[in-house]
Amino acid sequence: MKNAYFKLAVPLLISIALAACAKSPEPNSANKSNEPKSAEQIWRSSMKAKNHVGLDRITQTELQKACSNNSDIVANEAQRAVLQQQAMNSVAFPADGNYLGDWQRGEAIAGDGKGLQWNDNPNEPNGGNCYACHELSPKEVAYGTIGPSLKNYGMRGQSEAMLQYTWAKIWNPNAYTLCSHMPRFGDAGILTEQQLKDVMAYLLDPASPVNK
Amino acid sequence: MIIKRLPKLKVIGLCLGLFGVNSAIAQDDPFAEYRAMMGDDNPAIFVSEEGADLWQAPNGPKQASFEQCDLGLGPGIVEGAYAQLPRYFADTQQVMDLESRLFYCMETLQGRSPEEARKKPYSSTGDMGTEIEALVTYIAEQSTGMPIALPQQHPLEIAAYEQGKSLFYYRAGPHDFSCATCHRQSDKRIRLQNLPNLTTNEGAGAAYSSWPAYRISQGLVRTMGWRMQSCGRQQRLPELQPGSEAVISLMTFMGVNAKGTEMAAPGLKR
Ligand code: HEC
Ligand code: HEC
Repeated sequence: MKNAYFKLAVPLLISIALAACAKSPEPNSANKSNEPKSAEQIWRSSMKAKNHVGLDRITQTELQKACSNNSDIVANEAQRAVLQQQAMNSVAFPADGNYLGDWQRGEAIAGDGKGLQWNDNPNEPNGGNCYACHELSPKEVAYGTIGPSLKNYGMRGQSEAMLQYTWAKIWNPNAYTLCSHMPRFGDAGILTEQQLKDVMAYLLDPASPVNK
Repeated sequence: MIIKRLPKLKVIGLCLGLFGVNSAIAQDDPFAEYRAMMGDDNPAIFVSEEGADLWQAPNGPKQASFEQCDLGLGPGIVEGAYAQLPRYFADTQQVMDLESRLFYCMETLQGRSPEEARKKPYSSTGDMGTEIEALVTYIAEQSTGMPIALPQQHPLEIAAYEQGKSLFYYRAGPHDFSCATCHRQSDKRIRLQNLPNLTTNEGAGAAYSSWPAYRISQGLVRTMGWRMQSCGRQQRLPELQPGSEAVISLMTFMGVNAKGTEMAAPGLKR
């Protein structure tokens, strides 16, 4: 009860105070308004387009909006099912049915953190930056830990199910883990189909250092 | 604006720049090696002295110094001010961080145009340091040892915290990243860089208390505003503006989470 009362009282107090503040005119009105601004409005007014990166980046997709909370859970169960299905539907499997490219090229992509930042050259291919978050080859010690270790990933084999799972996971991780912290490398157009195949080979090829 | 000690700073910066790169590759703890070479001297002390001079020097069309600038504790009071920012200011009726407040004083006290005040707050690599960087270093140092204590009394201060929280969890851009992607879990890292959990007192405290900081790898003092702009870029978002509402709100979120931690700026970073 107390809690519910508090929840009501705070915004009320804030809005009363905001209304009071709004009365006296001031030239600089960044923080003042009758209504609290949305996070999107604040981001927009706080950022400037730079090089090839425009303010459109601030606009959220439905998935991003639903996952913008401190639990990484979509509260509404029906919406959760819809979003997960949409993520699964977003996956475009390779047109020629061939999942595996060149693991050596894949290694370079996995270690390349460039791409889509305003100080990156938009004419160069994007990196995958897998090493920012994953351990892969035992030879590379500079790996991050936001994601699980993928060392020896290829031990899981190359069955059709495994190929499809891994492809879909990298294309859009939300197909399996809604509100994943991993980017949608295929769905968001970060990596090309060929780059995805190369990264797949880096994970799955028995000759890849990931599996040594 | 004349920066008097620049030649000295530049030499130190260059040495450290080179040194930082080498040691980062060769050593687990570049700081240990750095200290072995430099003693406990943080080159930021020179920047801080520069900031003290700039604080007192007349500037702008009105030829006024910052000595009447109110950082929240009254005109000209610098000691302890940083540890209580961002806070609400009655004269602008806004919550402001140090950088937005300095812009405000440049405009109102010194008569400088908003464009001129904001022209170049942060150095590019290879630069010598900016007026804002020097002032922030000096002002932050006057809070060393004091507990971080952002006021949360005024409704707009409370609102800034709540806004900061929602910005912190806001996912956007081609990578779906939010601040939380990188800063909501403890004991995580990107490549080899440890990521503070900015939602805890410990993580936010370590981060908030240690900026501005001398960055060994860049040979420059960097402010928290710069760090956030750089994180926004890694988030694949457009350029986060110094002193903007998003910066102020996120700083309030982190600073309130950091409550009670003793200020230890200027820090020393990789
Ligand atoms: C920003 C962090 C981040 C980046 C960058 C990232 N991942 Fe992930 N990845 C994660 C997280 C977190 C998980 C676990 C949650 C999940 O399954 O979605 C994961 C899970 C996975 C899995 C499933 C693991 C399993 O056991 O089934 C695979 C495969 C994978 N990532 C591959 C990649 C590849 C390949 C790249 C680069 C092209 C990459 N990741 C880049 C964070 C990341
Ligand atoms: C893609 C990853 C990523 C995102 C997203 C990100 N950061 Fe960071 N953040 C980093 C890295 C890497 C560091 C540097 C850690 C180091 O130098 O050891 C860092 C450092 C920081 C620090 C300084 C911490 C310290 O103790 O020195 C602050 C403060 C910070 N980030 C705030 C933010 C805020 C606020 C946002 C969102 C607007 C954000 N970050 C988004 C990766 C990120």
